[in-house]
Parts: sequence; structure tokens; C-alpha cells
Amino acid sequence: MPPHFIDGQPHHHDRPKRERQPGEPLRIGVGGPVGSGKTALVAALCRQLRDELSLAVLTNDIYTTEDADFLRRHAVLPDERIAAVQTGGCPHTAIRDDITANLDAIDDLIEANDKLDLILVESGGDNLTATFSSGLVDVQIFVVDVAGGDKVPRKGGPGVTYSDLLVVNKTDLAPMVGADLDVMRRDAGQVRGDRPTVLISLTDDPAASLVQAWVREQLAGAGVTNV
Amino acid sequence: MDSGLATLLALADSRLPTGGHVHSGGVEEAVTSGLVKDVVTLRAYLRRRIRTHGLVTASVAAAVHGGLDPATADRETDARTPAPAARQASRAQGRGLVRLARRVWPEAGASEVTGEGPVWELVGSRPHLAVASGVVGRVSGLEPQQTCATVVYTTMTGSATAAQRLLALDPADVAALTFELSALCDATAAEAAKGIADLSDPLLDVLAQRHAGRDRPLFAS
Repeated sequence: MPPHFIDGQPHHHDRPKRERQPGEPLRIGVGGPVGSGKTALVAALCRQLRDELSLAVLTNDIYTTEDADFLRRHAVLPDERIAAVQTGGCPHTAIRDDITANLDAIDDLIEANDKLDLILVESGGDNLTATFSSGLVDVQIFVVDVAGGDKVPRKGGPGVTYSDLLVVNKTDLAPMVGADLDVMRRDAGQVRGDRPTVLISLTDDPAASLVQAWVREQLAGAGVTNV
Repeated sequence: MDSGLATLLALADSRLPTGGHVHSGGVEEAVTSGLVKDVVTLRAYLRRRIRTHGLVTASVAAAVHGGLDPATADRETDARTPAPAARQASRAQGRGLVRLARRVWPEAGASEVTGEGPVWELVGSRPHLAVASGVVGRVSGLEPQQTCATVVYTTMTGSATAAQRLLALDPADVAALTFELSALCDATAAEAAKGIADLSDPLLDVLAQRHAGRDRPLFAS
């Protein structure tokens, strides 16, 4: 159900959730427009979490392996923990309408790595309408950036409205692009109801502490106890 | 009477979530190589693909549908698919179809195909697309010729849609082309239902292999 209003107030429904089987790794989707900082955020999370738990990353690129190559080059994880899905030029189809290639890649990652706790599924840079199927991920993060304009949260879309965590990235750029962070925070709160929003700058805080804390909450909630 | 028509339409629907949308059936490499560049060259490519790959895949599927055991059909498909990249693409698509089919028909028994044990164990997780299609055709209650029709038709539409995306063709032109080729699809499906076709297509094998070596393709094959 797309975001809608009743008597001028945003109206929310719970979205369907995948039933996780015991022992399955938690799957967290990371989506958002091109250049908003998805891959940098994934890299930051890997650096913070890789010593404590067993994790893997799956990327959905427009040009196949660019994001996966970035992650490999920066050695955030060993190669066998990074996989890339080819999306036929349609990254949103591969995470929403037909998730088969992603599910196959997840099976392969689970087969190649002992006892995975967490799989980060990164979408290809797409537009505001992109969202992950509940058959693919357990929870999802949507990343937008300040430089994309402070109107983005108001414009909404399923990622902004329904993601389990909205990340407004690159707050350090706000003065340079004339973006009003308070407006972004307020607009996000208005369309998101109780769903959390965090404003971050990976330049100021390379550990992405706020996102990291949220991810740890999700892991704890999912029964992954070694964090 | 249950004609299976709606089932046939569902299996031939490009929205069926089996991972087919990430495969171009060699079209991406044909476009990159300059072989397919407009509607005219796409027509030639699709005609060839229907008559070679479509015929062989549908004929193996029909044989499996009719009772040929999956292991033998797997070897027959390998024998007609010399390029490793083409084999891999076929298995990737077979894997996707079986993934869906296991969800749709989880209780399908061994009696559905020759052999013993639950049908999905018999088929394995990475069968060739032809083998998976034959089993799915049978399990879903289609007739062998209907299985052939879905295989040939999706062989055409998968490549046609990929070409439309890659060349930004007018969708109406591509749709017109698929209607134009419908008689060829029907004739090919009818031929495929008669027995396993003994041919392979060197051009499609070469394209599949070259695609695998390309830097940053959009499609998996």
C-alpha cells in the first residue's frame, strides 16, 4: 500500500514481514538513490561489525560489480563474503518484483560461509520508488543525502515512508547546499510516523554510530546474541 | 474441462518470478557486437533463436514432460550446449524455475516424473532450464505441447524484452514483432513435441561465451 492520507493525516499499515527460519542470518536491505552513500555506509558497517559476527554483503548493481569491487578493493570483507547480482539493467525489479537472483546468491553465500549472522543486501542506486520485497530482506534501511535537496523526505515514496530506518546522510554538506536539516527531520517524522530517522555524516563519524546502534538492536531482536 | 490454459499463460508470463529478467538470451552480446542494432536485425536474431535454441530447449522439455528421466535429459542438454557459459546460464534459469516450483507444488511426488524419491530431489537445485521446464509442465498439469509452447514463447520474449531495454526500441515495434513471429513459435513448438531435436547453435554458444568475458554486462547472460 503506497503512503496515503486520511483527513490530512498520514495513515500507516503494518507491512508484511518474512518469516525467518531458526538459524537463518538476518537480512538487512540498504536502498536509496544513486550517490546517497549506500556503499560507503555498508563499508562502514562491515568495518564496525566484522570482528564480532559473521557477515556477508550482496550488491545489486546497474553495472554488475562496481559496488562489490569497491568493497573488495577496500578490503572491508574477504572476497568470499561479497557477492554481486546482475540485474539486467533493472535493479528495482531484482529487489522487488523478481527476487530470484538475489535469493540464489544468498543461498550461495550461506553455503560458502559458515554460520552467517547477517547479510547486508545493497540495492542498485535507484529512485525514490524502489523498495525491497519482504521475501528478500527482514528489515530495510533507506539512505538519502542532504545534497539531494531538503525536499526529499517531503516527497516521500515507499523508501522514505516505509523503510525501517531512514538515513539522511552527508549532514556536513548542509551549509554548502543550503539544506535545512530541521526541515528534513520534521518532514521525515511527518510521513514516517513512529519509524526512526537518523541524520549522519560519514565524514564526521566514519563509524556510522547511529546506524550501527540500530543494526545492533535489529540483531538483538532477531536473536543474534554475540553482539 | 480444464484446458490448462490459464496455467499455460501464467508459465509464459514474463512477470513470473523465476529470475528470467536478468538473462538476455545472448542479445546483450549480440548488441555489443553490433549484430543486433534495430528491429530488422532483432527479427533475424529472434527467428534464429526460436528455431535453434527454442526448438532444442522445448524438445528436451517435452521429452522430460513425457517421462524421460531428468539425469538423462541433463546429459542430452549438455551435449547440445557446448559453451560452458551457455550451460551455466541454462542452469541458472533452471534453478530459478525450480525455486519457484518448489513453493507452488511442494508436494509433487516422484510419480510425476520417471524415477524414485520426491520430484524436486530428483531434479536437483541446478537443472538445465529445459529439464526444469519439462518437470514443471508435467507437475502443473499441462500437455507436453503446451510445455513446448511456453518454452518457445519465453525464449523469444526474454530476448525481445532485453533488446527493447538495451536499444531503447519502440515497445510497440517489439510487440508487433512478437505477434509476427507467433506462427513460427507455434510451428516450432509442434515440432519440438515430436522428439528431441539434434542440433545446437554455434552462434548462440559463441555469444554466450563472449558475454561471460565482457567487462560489466547488464545481464547475467
